[in-house]
Amino acid sequence: MAKSKENKVLSTLWSAGCGSHGGCGCEIYVQDGKVARVEGDKNHPFNQGRLCAKGLAISQYMYHPDRVLYPLKRTGERGEGKWQRITWDEAYDTIEKRLKDIRAKHGAESVIFCQGTGRDIGGPITFLMYAYGSPNWVQVGLAGHACYTPRLGAMFATQGHYSVLDASQMLEKRYDSPEWTPPKYIIIWAQNPAAGCHDGFFGHWIIDCMKRGSKLITIDPRSTWFSTRSEVHLQNRPGTDGAIALGMLNVIINEGIYDKVFVEKWCYGFDELKERVQEYTPEKVEEISWVPKELLIKAARLFAKNKPSAIQWGEPVDAMPAGSVVAQAINHLWAITGNIDNPGGNVIARNSHGVTTYPFSSAELTKLYGADLVKKLNEKRIGANDYPMIKNFRGWVQPDVLIDQLETDKPYPIKGAWIQTSNIIGGQAADPRRHYNAMKKLDFIVCVDLFQNPTSMALADIFLPACTICEKESFRSWWQPLGVSVKAVEGVGEAKSDWEINLDLAKRLATTPIKYNTVRELIDDRLKDGNTNFEKLKAKGCWEYPPEGHNTRPYYRYEKGLLRADGKPGFETPTGKVELYSKKYEEWGLDPLPYYEEPKESSVATPELAKKYPLILTTGRRSPVFFHSEHRMIPWLRELDPFPMCEINDKTAEELGIGNGDWVYIENTHGKIKMKAKVTPTAHPKVVTAPHGWWLPETDGKAPNLFSTWEHNINNLTSMGNQGKSGFGGTDYRSGLCRVFKINGGKE
Amino acid sequence: MPRNGLLIQQDWCTGCHACEVACKQEHNFSGGMVGIKVDEVVSTGPDKVYVDFMPYTTRFCDLCAERTKAGEQPACVKHCQATCITYGTVAELAILMDKQPRSSIFAPK
Ligand code: SF4
Ligand code: SF4
Ligand code: SF4
Repeated sequence: MAKSKENKVLSTLWSAGCGSHGGCGCEIYVQDGKVARVEGDKNHPFNQGRLCAKGLAISQYMYHPDRVLYPLKRTGERGEGKWQRITWDEAYDTIEKRLKDIRAKHGAESVIFCQGTGRDIGGPITFLMYAYGSPNWVQVGLAGHACYTPRLGAMFATQGHYSVLDASQMLEKRYDSPEWTPPKYIIIWAQNPAAGCHDGFFGHWIIDCMKRGSKLITIDPRSTWFSTRSEVHLQNRPGTDGAIALGMLNVIINEGIYDKVFVEKWCYGFDELKERVQEYTPEKVEEISWVPKELLIKAARLFAKNKPSAIQWGEPVDAMPAGSVVAQAINHLWAITGNIDNPGGNVIARNSHGVTTYPFSSAELTKLYGADLVKKLNEKRIGANDYPMIKNFRGWVQPDVLIDQLETDKPYPIKGAWIQTSNIIGGQAADPRRHYNAMKKLDFIVCVDLFQNPTSMALADIFLPACTICEKESFRSWWQPLGVSVKAVEGVGEAKSDWEINLDLAKRLATTPIKYNTVRELIDDRLKDGNTNFEKLKAKGCWEYPPEGHNTRPYYRYEKGLLRADGKPGFETPTGKVELYSKKYEEWGLDPLPYYEEPKESSVATPELAKKYPLILTTGRRSPVFFHSEHRMIPWLRELDPFPMCEINDKTAEELGIGNGDWVYIENTHGKIKMKAKVTPTAHPKVVTAPHGWWLPETDGKAPNLFSTWEHNINNLTSMGNQGKSGFGGTDYRSGLCRVFKINGGKE
Repeated sequence: MPRNGLLIQQDWCTGCHACEVACKQEHNFSGGMVGIKVDEVVSTGPDKVYVDFMPYTTRFCDLCAERTKAGEQPACVKHCQATCITYGTVAELAILMDKQPRSSIFAPK
């Protein structure tokens, strides 16, 4: 490689390419107008030179022969796989005409705007949606909105702002910052941090903290690298996390080892919480959760007696009907131990410089569009009137309500869908068959994506090719730091950036004129809250932390009056305190205190069913080389994880006559899907874990096969309609029931 | 010429596979060719099941000759997410290894 002729461009990763949530700083090496390779940026405080496997494979993703490079229109039936290349003008003209027709006949609300994972895409989608006039921004099929939103909602209600484990990421000098100290104990609650950058947290920061002295407590049904290195491993029954949190609260409160000064001064409702947790004795929790009471007590004591300590939690917390309640209880653990906005605790995380990628909350929307529009939008927003928490926390549709509405046309019919980088059928949706059947009857569907996938193949009328992160200008604001993404090369083929596509179409579809001529103007307008702009940030190496004293910088902001809108000390909650008894939950018609709820289907709730399906199925096991349903076509990555593999305990497998590497069916009341068995003692004897989002891009894409999604997508065994009382939290993603048996003597 | 190698502190290796993809990208390897591999090592002790990972170099590792000549770190060393690979002369690495539990030195060439 003639590396001397390469040109190095610095940028921030937060979009298709590596795909995930983190904001790694990268060096993009460009040769003859093409990206030759992507490396980590040593000067970027987020990743300090490192990249994960997905980031290092970006060039193979960009120049993959299957990537869709031109706008397409469907010429056959939906699912027939007949496409014709068209120009951007024709694509835009068609979309403009069809979406305007639908709006005129049925109202703007009858078009849903569908998002997949959270990265720089939420901004473009909501920007286009509000311009068009629809209130229906949705992660279709994400039952109970079970991916971070329940946790965010619980923190918003309890403490007014969000918290994350403090691995010094809020400070530019990182581990050398004099004000930072590592957590003494880290509770890793239902996550494999090493698999990526979940929720914008670079997982290997945990390893950095361990090297600086942090000790571990792991809560996970599996034995993992982290449990191996933990002082305590709580190997729990999936779905019982709420009981564990309540049991730990019971121990900490009854033994008086909470932070009395903090609770006295900054918490509201301690006595009510104390009373509530009396039900959850370690003995009772052992019965519910399989966790021996001695271990529960030990974990609670280590956490409470060693300050600072912090909790790093994962998506399984959301993936039970009581998700927003489980999250509340875990929030209380760091609150009553005073581990909130302190160095090495659960630091308050705010979007750097106060910049947001686009307004998502009602408050921000009101500022931008006025109270009238927000009120009007909320009247039609799907699920907002059923669930006060959905209505009052961010602008999302409730996905379980949506699927009912898609099927019944009540209270109004859905006619169109704008699906932007979201693989609904092949990854995101629970019960994908139900979504497939409901969505294929819509009048008009646009998919914006980079590759054909089960969803675009099954549903799209128009396919618009989007860019990877290296081909576009964008910006990142998710906790710290504020960053920009720099366009290193032109869009491959005719691909355009999501921001560009959505601005072009917003201009055509908006009912009031769009004030931006270019994407750059829009980005600079968003960045102006941070007193900066694209060029300034680019010149600084693509990132910046807020100045000293800024309210998006730690620590102890509740003492300094930096959290509340009125500038008074305290937290941004009705009482100004961390609400152990939640006034907001009360206002929303929910129990203000946490409680435990049994999974809908389990050996306890449905013993008869559990006899037929004796194993617990936990889906969504992360692979470090894929992000959700992406990357299965990238050779460098697929070589490392070639098959959909479920993990099953060695003794259980022996009883079932299953050998390592055998093809098996996993079956439950919803049907059955195929995976290879990885037989391992790391699995709990009663728990089978399966990765999500599996489809085979190398197989036939046409319906009915749709890249083998019906055969391998584990979500075919999950259901909609199990959302919790708040609308946030669900479903059986992590705690369903199943049985496993060998196919054809183990061969495929 | 002193002999160079990699010190791998496998106790820290999380099995994230970044080193393998870094190596493939650096050399534009295809068809499964790679200079470093990472295996999962599961061992059952009296008290619990242990999960570790073992990175090891293959015959295709050239210690990133082109990069190191230009004064850069090898691709796997730079990108290892657990920062558990060190490049240097075998003599230097042996001194470092003296204080490292569960570690090994690979001197591929
Ligand atoms: S850690 Fe996250 S942001 Fe960084 S390269 Fe990997 S996927 Fe991209
Ligand atoms: S030193 Fe270079 S060639 Fe050797 S394994 Fe690491 S990346 Fe591959
Ligand atoms: S990059 Fe480092 S931590 Fe990841 S697998 Fe390789 S050696 Fe292990």
